[in-house]
Amino acid sequence: MSRPTEHNPPAAVPELVLEAGRADQHYWRDLWRYRELLGYLAWRDIKVRYQQTVLGVAWALVQPVVTMVIFTFVFGRLANMPSGGTPYPLIVMSGQLGWQLFANALSNSSGSLVGNGHLISKVYFPRLVVPLSTLAVALIDFAIVFVLFVAMAAWFGVSPNWRWLVLPVPTVWALLTALGAGLWLAALTVRFRDFRFVVPFLLQVGIFLTPVGYRVDFFPNWRDLLSLNPMSGVIDVFRWCLLDSAAELYWRGIFLSCGITLLLLISGIWYFRRTERTFADNI
Amino acid sequence: MSSRPIIQVEGLSKRYIIGHQVRHDTLVDTLRHGVAGLWSAWRRRSASAKEEFWALRDLSFDVRPGEVLGIIGRNGAGKSTLLKILSRITEPTTGRVTLRGRVASLLEVGTGFHPDLSGRDNIFLNGAILGMTRAETRRKFDEIVAFAEVEKFIDTPVKRYSSGMYVRLAFAVAAHLEPEILIVDEVLSVGDVSFQRKCLGKMEEVSKGKGRTVIFVSHNTDTVIHLCSSAILLQNGCVAASGNAVAVVARYMAGGGGTDTYLAPANKTHGVMEITTTTPNPARTDLEFRIKIKTPEPLANLTVGFVVFTLGGSPLFGSNTLFHPWRTTFVSRSSGEATVAVRDVPLWSGTYRASFWLSNGVHGVDHVPDAVMFDVFNPRLPANAPSARDIGSIHVPAEWHFSA
Repeated sequence: MSRPTEHNPPAAVPELVLEAGRADQHYWRDLWRYRELLGYLAWRDIKVRYQQTVLGVAWALVQPVVTMVIFTFVFGRLANMPSGGTPYPLIVMSGQLGWQLFANALSNSSGSLVGNGHLISKVYFPRLVVPLSTLAVALIDFAIVFVLFVAMAAWFGVSPNWRWLVLPVPTVWALLTALGAGLWLAALTVRFRDFRFVVPFLLQVGIFLTPVGYRVDFFPNWRDLLSLNPMSGVIDVFRWCLLDSAAELYWRGIFLSCGITLLLLISGIWYFRRTERTFADNI
Repeated sequence: MSSRPIIQVEGLSKRYIIGHQVRHDTLVDTLRHGVAGLWSAWRRRSASAKEEFWALRDLSFDVRPGEVLGIIGRNGAGKSTLLKILSRITEPTTGRVTLRGRVASLLEVGTGFHPDLSGRDNIFLNGAILGMTRAETRRKFDEIVAFAEVEKFIDTPVKRYSSGMYVRLAFAVAAHLEPEILIVDEVLSVGDVSFQRKCLGKMEEVSKGKGRTVIFVSHNTDTVIHLCSSAILLQNGCVAASGNAVAVVARYMAGGGGTDTYLAPANKTHGVMEITTTTPNPARTDLEFRIKIKTPEPLANLTVGFVVFTLGGSPLFGSNTLFHPWRTTFVSRSSGEATVAVRDVPLWSGTYRASFWLSNGVHGVDHVPDAVMFDVFNPRLPANAPSARDIGSIHVPAEWHFSA
C-alpha cells in the first residue's frame, strides 16, 4: 500500500467506516498490524520488572523454591503421598513449572486492562494486544524456573530424554488456558473491580485442586473429576515429559482438559470482543 | 480540487448514561440495583429514570484532504468526545464516520511513557503506541532527539527528567508521525513558550508543507485562527457554526465563548463572590466584568479594582473606583454587584487574565489573583496577523507613510 503524497488520497487507501457495532471489520488484520506494539508492551513489562531490583532474576525463583520445600514436606513427608520412586522435590517442581506459568499468566493478563487504562482511554489499538503481551513475562519467569529444574534433575541424576522435546505442547497449552480465563477476568474487571479479588483466591484454591504437590496417576478413581480442571491435564503432560517414572498418558483426561481449555478460550475471546468497545467508556 | 472528503461525518451522535445507577464498580452494586429495578417494576413505580446525556447530537461535516480544521467550543461542548470517536477509542451511538486515510491521534502528550524506562526506550515504545513501525522510529530517531533537545539524557530514565524535558520528548515523538490524518487535542498548551512556538511551527509545516489533514482542538482561539483554514464551533454537542476559521471564532466570542467565570469557593463568606466576563460586541474589542460582592458589614467607602495581565503574567492595564469613580450613586450595602465596561480595548487577539480586589478605602478586603481568563478577538486584525506572543499584546493605532 503506497502512502498518498498528493492531496488526493489514492483509491488504494482503504475506507474505514466507524459505526455502532461495526468497529470490528478488520479486527484480526489490525491485530496482526499491531504485533510490534505487542512486542514493545511485553518488552516494557519485562524490562521494568527487573530494573532496580538487586536480586533481579532470582526473585522469579523465590516463590517456586519455597513452595517446593513446603509441598515436599507436607505432601511427601507428612501425608506420605506415593512418589513412584521419583525424588519428591522433582515431582513438586515439575508440577510447579506448569502451575507457575499458568498462575503468572493468569494474574498478569487479568489485571492488564485496568493496569493499562491510560492507554486504553487515549489511543486506539486492538485491545487483545494488552492481555496477549502479558504472557511474555510469564514465559520468561517460566524459563528461569525451568533452568532451576534442569539443575535439580541433574542433581538427582535424571537426564533429559526425547520426551523433553514435547515440552512446548504443555507450555502453549498452559498459556492458552491462562489466556482464556484471563480474557474473561480482564474484561470483567474493567466493569467490576470485584474480580481483582477473585484472581488471588482462584489461584490459592487452584494450587491444591491441581496435582501440583501430588501425583494424580495414583488416584485412578479421581482422574476424570480432576481432569475437569484443565491445568490438571497440562501438569500431567509436563510430568510425562520430564519424569522417567511417569505412567503412560491418560488420554481420556487429556481430551477432557483440552476441551475445557478450548471452551474457556473461545468463550473468553467472544466475551472480550463483545465488551471491548466499551472499555474506554468504563475504565 | 475535486476530491472526495477524507473524513466524512454523518449524523453522528454519542450517548452516555449518567447518574448513580450507571457505574457500578462492584458486583454487589449491580445486583442491588438490578433487584431494586425489578422490585420497583413489580410495584409499578417508574424505575428511577436513567439519565441520558447526549455528548454529541446529529453531527455532520466533511473534511477535505489537506484541510486544517479547528474545533472550538466551551468545556463540555463535545470536543473531546468527537476526538475520541474519530480516533476509534470509543464508538458512536448512532451515525457514521468514514475515514479515508491512516489516522494518528494525539489526545495527550506522552501517552504510555514509562517513568522507569530511558528516553531512548520511551521513544520506541511511544512510537509503537502511536502507530509507528520500528523501522520508521529508527529512521527518525536522531531527528526526534534533536527536536526534543535531550541528547545528553537519552539513556536516563525519564522519571529523572524535568517536566519540560519530558514534555519536549513526548511531543517530539508525536510531531514525527506521518499519518494522512492527524488529530490533535490541546497538547500545545503544555511546555514553555519557546517550545510551544516550535511545536506550532512543526504543526504548520506538517499541514501546509506536506498537505496532511489536521484536526485541531483548542481553547486558544488565537492558535486556531493562526493554524486553521476552517473551524467548527460545537455547542451542547451540535454544530453551532462552521466555515472560515476567523468567522467561526468571531461567532464563538460573540456568544461569550472563550471567557471564564469565577465562583468563590464554598467556604468563602465574603469578598468577591462571583465574576463574569463578557465580550458583548463582536465588531469591537469591548470588555465587561460583573463582580458580585459581599462584605461582613456595609462599607461606606467600598473600592473595587481589576488588573489585566498577559498569559505570561505582565500587567497591561487596570482600573479601580478611586481613579474612575462610580458613575452611579454608591449605596452602602453589604452585598451588591459592580459592573465595569471598557470600550475598544486596544489589545491584540489572544488570551488574557485578570485579577480583582476589594478594599474599604484604607485596607484591602479581598484579592483574587488570576480570577478569570478570557480571549480577546480583535476584528481589525487580519487572519494571518502575527500572534500577540510575537508582536506584543497592545494594538496601537499606528500610521505609516512612505516618501521617495
